[in-house]
Amino acid sequence: MSINLLKNSSILAPSLKRGRPSLNKIPSQHNILNIRNLRPALHNISNTRYLLSILFTVSGLLLAQLANWYFPQLAESEIKIYEINLFEAALFKLNIMGAYSIVLFAMIFIYLVIGVYSYFDPDRRIEYIQRAPFRFVSGIGLALWDILGTKTLLLPQPFFPGPSRILEALLMEGGFIFENTLYSLRLFTAGFVSGVVIGVVTGILIGWFPKIYYWVYPVLKITGVIPAVAWMPFALTLFPTPFLAATFLIVISAWFPVAFLTAQGIASTQKVYYEVAKTLGARTSFLVFRVAIPNAMPHIFTGISTANAYAFTTLVISEMMGQPGGLGYYINASRVWSAYYKVFAAIIIMAILFSLIMWGIGVIQRWALRWQRGLVK
Amino acid sequence: MRELIEIQNVFRTYVDDKENQVEALFDINLSVREGEFISIIGPSGCGKTTLLRLLAGLDAPTSGALSINRHEIKSPDPERGYVFQQGSLFPWLTVEKNIASGLKARGVYQKQKQDISHYIQLIGLAGFEKSYPHQISGGMAQRVAIARALINRPAALLLDEPMGALDSFTRADLQEKLLELWKKNNTTMMLVTHDVDEAIFLSDRIVIMTPRPGKISEILKIDLPRPRDRAGIDFAGIRSSILEKLHLASTRQPPEYEI
Ligand SMILES: Nc1ncnc2c1ncn2[C@@H]1O[C@H](COP(=O)(O)OP(=O)(O)OP(=O)(O)O)[C@@H](O)[C@H]1O
Ligand SMILES: [Mg+2]
Repeated sequence: MSINLLKNSSILAPSLKRGRPSLNKIPSQHNILNIRNLRPALHNISNTRYLLSILFTVSGLLLAQLANWYFPQLAESEIKIYEINLFEAALFKLNIMGAYSIVLFAMIFIYLVIGVYSYFDPDRRIEYIQRAPFRFVSGIGLALWDILGTKTLLLPQPFFPGPSRILEALLMEGGFIFENTLYSLRLFTAGFVSGVVIGVVTGILIGWFPKIYYWVYPVLKITGVIPAVAWMPFALTLFPTPFLAATFLIVISAWFPVAFLTAQGIASTQKVYYEVAKTLGARTSFLVFRVAIPNAMPHIFTGISTANAYAFTTLVISEMMGQPGGLGYYINASRVWSAYYKVFAAIIIMAILFSLIMWGIGVIQRWALRWQRGLVK
Repeated sequence: MRELIEIQNVFRTYVDDKENQVEALFDINLSVREGEFISIIGPSGCGKTTLLRLLAGLDAPTSGALSINRHEIKSPDPERGYVFQQGSLFPWLTVEKNIASGLKARGVYQKQKQDISHYIQLIGLAGFEKSYPHQISGGMAQRVAIARALINRPAALLLDEPMGALDSFTRADLQEKLLELWKKNNTTMMLVTHDVDEAIFLSDRIVIMTPRPGKISEILKIDLPRPRDRAGIDFAGIRSSILEKLHLASTRQPPEYEI
């Protein structure tokens, strides 16, 4: 104790008294935080190397394209020609090879566009180069899959159709698949959004009011871990339409993780923040909406991400167990006819949908939690 | 100058987990005049934070009375600003919004938002308005915390070791900023500190406390003219007398933690 005091008392030299440079003369924040200028030279990628990497990226897909067109069709299966009526305006004649070719070209085009876009930004260049091997190998993978599947039928059929065969599902009944996708989306949006909203509200109530915590939290803990689809029999009898029944199940599955984590986030608010707010003159509404809820935001978003996965699972399962539409319904209907290429088509669409939703949530999350950037890794 | 804060026979006893009674404050009496700068100094555990929290209204005395402007202190109020030791800025708000939260909490944001840039200038943080707390230094963060309390124009500012975590250069810088703000606003200041030099440099009076039970052992009036010279002979004289008192105070008492 006394040592500490002595140290402090001798430390301040008289020269410190006046004319100290004040901190507002520090160069503006913009200069300080502009780290990009400090990047070591190794990160600067030469133009030639970058262009080669673009070429490398698309060459896998080009090989897939070559396999599509020039590898002989060895299997004795019929390649049908489909007429596609695009918005009643233009009529296309297309077989599965043509459709697959369009998809491959689209992918090549996208990678080229990303390549050009990333050209101007050193960070994106690095990212592009890092992803090149994966993209190349995916192309090779598609080529192999195509050869072993549709071309030669060496993979066990009908379980593993090639990529072009999967596209056939879209050629045959693209409109029907689209309708089912819309049905799934509608169901998901209705259930997920209400589940998240209800979850946030109940989570705040549980986290804020000790009484509600006491009575509701144990119920939440016990019922929450039960997979929502277990309630299916009740849902189907209690709700007038299958759509409402499934919505209810998705609401439950999204509600639980959101409520749980929101409550935790609210309850974990440090006392000092409430005390600061009170000394500043805050009333309860300020404590809830400007202290507890912002503090809980990271938790809330963790809850939403988890809820997204739960809700998606519930969506597909409940569609497979008794909905008049949706991708889950489509899978089930196709399976009955052993049309596994259709099953794959639906699965791929689901994967794309789910990734898009995750991406959208990620964008919102990064915006809402921008204050955390650099604070957590 | 008239009396602003009145502390009369205040006791605060805590009961810890093992049912032991801890007399954090024992018969505290102090009156503070308007515009006065008071420092509270004393070894760890002598009840400095407890006293400040009572004044803020964040805690209540076991017995005794605290008042400001002859009104009993019952709950926190923006007329008594409070600056915590460290880490009290809302991490989800920028520097600017943290300062603005002082106004928002009182619901006067629309009326007084032009004050914000004034206080940012005053604490020398122009250019950092949009920075988040984790992007600025500890010294800058404490200045923001001070500005956030001051923007409510409190009659008294209670500071609990606001410079405890800072290096001596930043600390000296902040001390002058504090004096500047004090002179400008005529705010009554009550500062808890561990640093004897800081207390002498800033205060009109220094309250020396001793632990177990936590009570005031001495109140020293510092009559040195301002601005004060830390290297001056008078300064050194006061310093050694305070250190001696503190040393005595800490040896006279039983050890802080018994094992
Ligand atoms: N909430 C509490 N519960 C129990 N005991 C407490 C509580 N707060 C403080 N005390 C006790 O009261 C005494 C005084 O604490 P206080 O925090 O006021 O000391 P301090 O002078 O501020 O010390 P420091 O310089 O280390 O901050 C200590 O012995 C402490 O253990
Ligand atoms: Mg303390």
